[in-house]
Amino acid sequence: MEYIIIIIGAVFVNNIVLAQFLGICPYLGVSARVSTSIGMSGAVMFVMTLATLVTFLIFNYILVPLHITYLQTISYILVVASLVQMVEIILKKVSPALYQALGIFLPLIVTNCAILGVTILAVRDDFGFNLLEGVVFAVGNALGFALTIILFAGIREHLELMDVPRGMRGAPAALVVAGILALAFMGFANLV
Amino acid sequence: MGQLQNFTKGFIRENPVFVLLLGLCPALGVTTSAFNGLGMGLATTFVLVSSNIVVSLIKNLIPTKVRIPSFIVVIASFVTIVSLVMEAYMPALFESLGLFIPLIVVNCLVMGRAEAFASKNNTWSAIVDGLGMGLGFAFALTILGGVREILGAGELFGWSIFAGDGMLVFVLAPGAFIGLGYLVALNNIVKKKLG
Repeated sequence: MEYIIIIIGAVFVNNIVLAQFLGICPYLGVSARVSTSIGMSGAVMFVMTLATLVTFLIFNYILVPLHITYLQTISYILVVASLVQMVEIILKKVSPALYQALGIFLPLIVTNCAILGVTILAVRDDFGFNLLEGVVFAVGNALGFALTIILFAGIREHLELMDVPRGMRGAPAALVVAGILALAFMGFANLV
Repeated sequence: MGQLQNFTKGFIRENPVFVLLLGLCPALGVTTSAFNGLGMGLATTFVLVSSNIVVSLIKNLIPTKVRIPSFIVVIASFVTIVSLVMEAYMPALFESLGLFIPLIVVNCLVMGRAEAFASKNNTWSAIVDGLGMGLGFAFALTILGGVREILGAGELFGWSIFAGDGMLVFVLAPGAFIGLGYLVALNNIVKKKLG
């Protein structure tokens, strides 16, 4: 039950994109087509879950016992960057089909602040997550990212056919649409 | 390109937020008030200038293959310095910027300038570029924060502009997206007028 609450909270109430403003770059950058947004969501889910697992262990079993938690930022970004590289190499070897689908999105993920943000949030004192809860939290946030980016890509495909005033075409119109989506998601506040 | 032009390009013509759409996470996340926007902008400017200096100095020492990881370590070190200094001397601002301080590391703007500019130019140009781009970023965040604070709370930098409650939605998440959307459109018009 606890895990379901963590997932619902991460997907709807504190949505990573629309309420916490993490991962805006891929949200605006790769949402022009539904198919690319699905690929990006898959890559994010894969890396976010793995990265949270690894950084959670590093934080609690290396940084905390040695009293060097101020190295969190540096160690986390190195873990995320090398993990992405490793995933890329392994996928290429083990599952060429999956690599074909996710490959081009993987390098983009290093600078996706949603990954670093979630790994930092997962070890916050005020949540007090254990390892399994932390991983569930990461999965929930990845699902939230997938839901919003696919919804947004669907809307943007239609937006291209609309007669938008010239100054508002492109990014401004997309941002206003994101604002309206955020407004819709505010309806989920206080759900859990 | 003259140094003056190198400095001023970040404000309107190549503004990181309004034109290049880089660093949007902090731009949307912390701009609930003009003061927070300015604080975030200046913190990013410091990291940008410092990392530009170091990157332009070590550009000939690091092999091309490992340059991206090396840049990341340089940037992450300066972000750690900023976050420790801010926690010690400006705890209130540190509290309200929260998660977005460590996330300066993955701000595409900082990485982008290191890779696209500092690793190809001399130190002096890199400093000017970092200052111009950083202050352009701070400028954009302060404007967005100011607009949201005026419309949402009727205040600017904590000074009352008009009585009443304002439109709460502009302080909340949707207002950030909608406010930025209209500011990008406005910047497009200004840019066209300037030619």
